[in-house]
Amino acid sequence: MTLTDLANPTRFLALTARILPWLAAATALLLAIGLVQSALAPDDYQQGATVKIMFIHVPNAWLSMFVWGVMSIAALGTLVWRHPLADVAAKAAAPIGAAFTFLALVTGSLWGRPMWGTYWEWDARLTSVLILFLMYLGLIALWRAVEDPSRAARAAAILTLVGAINIPIIKFSVDWWNTLHQPASVLRMGGPAMDRAYLVPLLVMAVAFSLLFVTLHLAAMRNEILRRRVRALQMLQASGRPA
Amino acid sequence: MTPLAAIIRRDIRIALRVGGGALIGVLFFLTVVVLMPFAVGPDLKLLARLGPAILWLGALLASLLTLDRLFAADHEDGSLDLIVMSRTPLELACAAKALAHWLAAGLPLIVATPVLGLLLNLDATATSAVALTLLAGTPALTFTGMIGAALAVTLHRGGLLLAVVVLPLSIPVLIFGVAASEAAISGPLSFGTPFSILCALSLASLVIGPFAAAASLRHGLD
Repeated sequence: MTLTDLANPTRFLALTARILPWLAAATALLLAIGLVQSALAPDDYQQGATVKIMFIHVPNAWLSMFVWGVMSIAALGTLVWRHPLADVAAKAAAPIGAAFTFLALVTGSLWGRPMWGTYWEWDARLTSVLILFLMYLGLIALWRAVEDPSRAARAAAILTLVGAINIPIIKFSVDWWNTLHQPASVLRMGGPAMDRAYLVPLLVMAVAFSLLFVTLHLAAMRNEILRRRVRALQMLQASGRPA
Repeated sequence: MTPLAAIIRRDIRIALRVGGGALIGVLFFLTVVVLMPFAVGPDLKLLARLGPAILWLGALLASLLTLDRLFAADHEDGSLDLIVMSRTPLELACAAKALAHWLAAGLPLIVATPVLGLLLNLDATATSAVALTLLAGTPALTFTGMIGAALAVTLHRGGLLLAVVVLPLSIPVLIFGVAASEAAISGPLSFGTPFSILCALSLASLVIGPFAAAASLRHGLD
């Protein structure tokens, strides 16, 4: 089984039909475990119960960037290998990535209200995530501006790759512009600075949300393939009808 | 004359003649700056403090406004297809077109900056700082904006889609452009750091822009 075998949409549909129920079940199970663990995690001595927002917020924020990475690989698939499913993957990922980014912003803002005393602060990380959200919306707007999916796919692929080059530059500029957010505390030199009581539920939630993304992504790809078939059939029907 | 010089000459001529619309950008720039005091009030001190930001935003919007025509006019009359099929590498042709566009539409904005600085109560140091940062930064706006223009022309959609796609990409240029101007006016940072990063952004977009635009034209036109 290689990537080229998956290039056949019918085979892809058959395979995902078998995998998806298992994936969905695993996602639900892990999410349940993660949520129970998060609920049972002790309150922070400073932040109180609001620390638990982190268990939702951080996985969403990780995924908001991860999904752009997935789209960039799909964009290479579209431009370089002309893989027939690559543009389906890229198109299906964009709204999911936008949703994760939006949730990261909302949960961050809900956390910021009791902690910083404001829903919104123009600090470096918040701002760069907001810009990432804007770029997702721009990409979705591009997908929606054109009827022909393959034409839109190539344009969106180029925009995705330009975005992948630009996002680190934007991140760096915004960091330089202003910084107030706490520095990274999980992925840093010398191991995590977080207590195990928080780290374990956080990692479980991160895996659960990643599985959620894979499940949603595969389901959205199936929908997109079926939608294209419906469109092709409708066009066939319309052109076959006497004027 | 080499093909690239020919493209530059032709584009500048078209832009400056009737129907070209390069100078409308300057008029737009002037109008945006004139509108600002009506929004924030005629307080000269406040205007002087906001001046660099207003000028940078105005220049950003003005250069965005004229970008729409970078490939669209050539696409309409068919010359874009000739450029794509010609033996000159498309990347170089795109770079030449962007350079011509910057000369015709970007440079006048910088020339107009001192006059607009007077309206915003900027002193000589501030005005020259803003003009210098615009000179270093507007090429980045043109060359990244060119990617959006190329995408828009292959999709037969311009205007708002171009703005939505290009504006987030121009945030770093805006940050370092305004920061360098502010540093030259009031400190405490040194002018050199943000200014050299601004130059670096321009140089990087000089490389990335033509390649992305050429790829978009190659994949998108049929």
